[in-house]
Amino acid sequence: MVYLDAATATPLHPAARQALGAALDDGWADPGKLYGPARRARQLLDAARGATAEVLGCRPDELSFTPGGTAAVRAAVAGGLAGRNRVGRVFVHSAVEHSAVLDAAQAHASAGGEPVSVPVDRLGRVALDEWASAVATPGVALAALISASHEVGTTQPVAAAAEHCAGAGVPLLVDAAQSVGHAAVPDGWSLLTASARKWGGPPGVGLLAVRKGTRFEGPAAEPDAPDLPAVVAAAAALRAVATTARAEAVRLAALVDRIRATVVATVPDVEVVGDPVDRLPHIVTFSCLYVDGEALLHALDRRGFAVSSGSSCTSSTLRPSHVLEAMGVLSHGNVRVSLHGGTTEADVDRFLAELPDVVADLRAEAGVLGI
Amino acid sequence: MAEPAEVLDCRGQRCPLPVIALARRLPELAVGAVLRVLADDPAAANDIPAWCRLRGQEYDGSPAPDAYDVRRTA
Repeated sequence: MVYLDAATATPLHPAARQALGAALDDGWADPGKLYGPARRARQLLDAARGATAEVLGCRPDELSFTPGGTAAVRAAVAGGLAGRNRVGRVFVHSAVEHSAVLDAAQAHASAGGEPVSVPVDRLGRVALDEWASAVATPGVALAALISASHEVGTTQPVAAAAEHCAGAGVPLLVDAAQSVGHAAVPDGWSLLTASARKWGGPPGVGLLAVRKGTRFEGPAAEPDAPDLPAVVAAAAALRAVATTARAEAVRLAALVDRIRATVVATVPDVEVVGDPVDRLPHIVTFSCLYVDGEALLHALDRRGFAVSSGSSCTSSTLRPSHVLEAMGVLSHGNVRVSLHGGTTEADVDRFLAELPDVVADLRAEAGVLGI
Repeated sequence: MAEPAEVLDCRGQRCPLPVIALARRLPELAVGAVLRVLADDPAAANDIPAWCRLRGQEYDGSPAPDAYDVRRTA
């Protein structure tokens, strides 16, 4: 199986596997207790926090380990909004946030709050003018901008958006789930979230960093007894990928360039979406006209390729991806390919060699060739 | 709003079927004619305008819920 869905979950990094084993042996005790094994567990937790904070560029005491990326986002939105409840109840976010942020916005609306969605352009980049006026409106408690799109890879203008937020005195939450471990996250955030399984850590570990001085209210994001072996493994994986991130970004970006160019050249009636330049190194998305997205995923799976799709028929809600909708690009026949450290040039070339036939076969079956 | 030359009822069909029906029928109409596609799949609202953009046809908007007007320009 050629696994090309790293944006959902990345195979466990070898450094994580090793650290997980060691932490299961050595870090099983409750770090809150007052005896030898507990002190050892506390040391492991502190070391994991220190290493992770260093990669993120924050202080260890600004960082919490949460039970997953969604839990981190939920805590960030709830805590950020509650902390500035007296300023107002408006929550500004881009139209292409992860569903975890949009769900939190919906919950805020149900509680009487006011979410404001800022549109994106055809490439999926947030409209900065509208962002600037949205965050400068009185009553904004919090703004959220994804660092880069999990569905199409487009990098958001985080630094510029952060300046607008700073000018308006509004804290900025950056959901950096797809960037951490792959690309640098610009400074200027007040809150930052991430998810370990996107960088090769185990599932069930998320990060929430809250800058000192940020108004934040709510229960502690980190459980009293975190899943210490998983946290230690997540930190080990992050430290490992951070050291190779620059070289990996160059390697994967070249493979994505190859996919972008080859798909357009070899598959008729295809639209490659997302920014071709300002993008994450490892994600590429395209839509094949007249093709059923679910049928395409199944056909690729039968040939040994694991990919994801934003087409409505592949979602439990039968709605197309809100990201593709916000961009106004074709949502059916959609494929997201996302690469990871284990992806080889040969994997990509085999995918590219087989894709045209897969699409042509599906079109022939549907009787849509030549329309 | 122009009266459509023809109405294509694709309600109950899942995407991409309404777009396929549109792509088959529109070239058979005269240049300048409007084809109204009725489609209740939530993806149609996005994919019909996107198809028009990709194919150089004119999307004339949604005159009613689940209805999408496309004018043949080429």
